[in-house]
Amino acid sequence: MRGKTRPGDRIFLGLSRGAGISLLVIMAAIAGFLAYRAGIAISKDDANFLTESEWNPAGNPPVFGIAVLAFGTIVSSVIAMIIAVPVAIGIALFISHYAPRKLAAPLAYVVDLLAAVPSIIYGLWGALFLVPYLDGLNSWLDEYLGWTYIFEKTGEGVARNLFTVGILLAIMILPIITNVTREVFLQVPKMHEEAALALGATRWEVIRMSVLPFGRSGIISASMLGLGRALGETMAVAVVLSPSFIISGHLLDPGGGTFAQNIAAKFNEADGFGRDALIASGLVLFVITLLVNGAARAIIARRKEYSGANA
Amino acid sequence: MPLRSRSAPRTRPPERVDVRRSTGPPKEHRVAGHGSPCVHSLPSAASSHLPNFGPRRVTGTVPVPPPPTHAATDGGNWKEHQKVKLQRKNGLRATALGALAISGALVLTACGSDNNTDADTGGEKTSAASNIKCDEAKGQILAAGSSAQKNAMDVWVNAFQAACSGVEVNYQAIGSGGGITKFNQGQVAFAGSDSALKPEEVEESKKICKGGQGINLPMVGGPVAIGYNLEGVDNLVLDATTIAKIFDSKITKWNDPAIAKLNPDAKLPDSSIQAFHRSDESGTTQNLHKYLSEAAPADWKHDPKSKSWLAPGGQAANGSSGVASQVKQTQGSIGYFELSYAASQSISTVKLDTGAAAPVEATSENASKAIAAAKIKGTGKDLALSLDYKTKVEGAYPIILVTYEIACDKGNKAETLPTLKAFLNYTAGEEGQKVLSEAGYAPLPAEIATKVREIVPTLS
Repeated sequence: MRGKTRPGDRIFLGLSRGAGISLLVIMAAIAGFLAYRAGIAISKDDANFLTESEWNPAGNPPVFGIAVLAFGTIVSSVIAMIIAVPVAIGIALFISHYAPRKLAAPLAYVVDLLAAVPSIIYGLWGALFLVPYLDGLNSWLDEYLGWTYIFEKTGEGVARNLFTVGILLAIMILPIITNVTREVFLQVPKMHEEAALALGATRWEVIRMSVLPFGRSGIISASMLGLGRALGETMAVAVVLSPSFIISGHLLDPGGGTFAQNIAAKFNEADGFGRDALIASGLVLFVITLLVNGAARAIIARRKEYSGANA
Repeated sequence: MPLRSRSAPRTRPPERVDVRRSTGPPKEHRVAGHGSPCVHSLPSAASSHLPNFGPRRVTGTVPVPPPPTHAATDGGNWKEHQKVKLQRKNGLRATALGALAISGALVLTACGSDNNTDADTGGEKTSAASNIKCDEAKGQILAAGSSAQKNAMDVWVNAFQAACSGVEVNYQAIGSGGGITKFNQGQVAFAGSDSALKPEEVEESKKICKGGQGINLPMVGGPVAIGYNLEGVDNLVLDATTIAKIFDSKITKWNDPAIAKLNPDAKLPDSSIQAFHRSDESGTTQNLHKYLSEAAPADWKHDPKSKSWLAPGGQAANGSSGVASQVKQTQGSIGYFELSYAASQSISTVKLDTGAAAPVEATSENASKAIAAAKIKGTGKDLALSLDYKTKVEGAYPIILVTYEIACDKGNKAETLPTLKAFLNYTAGEEGQKVLSEAGYAPLPAEIATKVREIVPTLS
């Protein structure tokens, strides 16, 4: 580009560059803050921060660790993903390929609406409605699938467990996964679909042969977005879960905990050092989220070849 | 599969156009392979759950302050907020004064936005309806701390503000830890706390209290009730040992011999005990811990000072209201919470076998008797109490919580001192203590109240 640059160009360049830089600065500031406060806490921790399950930073000596929190966070998110991803793909396919246009638009709107419900509302709904109604399902799972160990119920107690949290999180991340996958499915080259139809493929075969392969990386990135939300969900988990500091594979027993839930529960009454300890756990969540995003990007980059996105 | 061939020409744009997104960037930029949805959609994902990081307790009608949890993500912003708020108040007051002197029109605007004008022009006011002395009280004071005394504060603040026009007491129930932190940063005139200042916190307070230090003034007591839900059993009696064993999952059946021995007449079912505790950190938990480890040292080995529940087993719920509603809903359950929650949800409470002649019920009156057995362990103007959890005084209910107001003995800020003194004078006075039992709290016993009343006027 020759000639003199117009002021509009320069201003816009400055603005967008500034926005980009400020994002990096903010991220660095957050990471720095977390690392600094976490460092204070971890250096005084009397137990192994990564493997200890008790949380008592106010004790003498302070003892706290993230084992239970990491376990609960990952388990509840994985349950949420197992439930939400297939359902979300189904909804997205229905909206993009099956539903008549008159139905597709309102349906998409309703899914969007689901994303607008604040998480405390999900939490209250979960605690007051879902939990009592899941008791029956839990007993059924215990009776017929108890041999799997994870569905064995060893004690009394209502369904305020990681399994319920997983179901609730699944509902909460459903809209975000649905929206992104729907957008991706709508991008599938018409020509691919028509080619498949021309070869005599049924509608299902069209989806299997052209839509899903094309959308695979989109599905993965949508799932990772949902996973990000599930990992960091706070209020809904804090309201529904009956936390404990024992790692148990019995998903139907009350107990467990997640990073965000633990921070929300303990922050108010924590003194200075207790807050540092909570921030240290927040740093771990930050790192896990970074890893998840990194993994998603790696998968997408590897699959690019097949997706047709770069065609 | 030929259909996936990338050599297929893609010259034709997709026919299906998404109308709702037609204002967005060109389609090619949003194609999945770029992984860009991660970036594009993150803001909406974040914004839909970040605001809910906020307050967990939904109590009272007083406007809730900026949620303390914000400090987790952005400590500085929170402070800024306070500063800005203070400055705005001061600024408005100045505006109002100037306006009074100069322009009538401006007075109208000032009055419309801020009612501090009365306080600045008025002198000593005493409400006709009550004996609350306002003295020199004026303007706004900020306070923060324990949520256990929130309901008492609400009652006091309402009465005080009604009696002394133009005075505003803004108590933010952000938790004891947060209250002490704010006090030691000089952001609040006084802090409410469930436990007395630790030595290192006293040291820190000397920076804020010029020439003095932070002192603990006991102000509100309250019984911690052990609520239960057991059909057909109305007068459950337990002692410290059985309570400790129940909450430590060592007694798991309602018809356990230890419970049966204390309740010879009750028909105890052969069902499991579902013990509920707090999932959040709480002074209520801490006081139960202290009680159990003093009254049943052999059966309660967990750290008595911990504000979070450390015993394994049992179920948890968020906040006293959460525990109370779980106990209310669940057959065969037991839990602990402030007495007011038991009253408001009509939950039966355990009578305590303290070793006195008759089992003691959890009432405000009985709690006051137990507080009377406390000794003052603070020195000088500090009135920190050492509670006697093992008291066997007739009718004394020993699972109690005493919350303090923490202020400077010397070196309080000049602009807030008159209001602080007037307010604490009222809360510690007969007028203020009288209203406590209606709100489910226990008034201070006479001896301790007298001491507090002696100290408050000497604050400087």
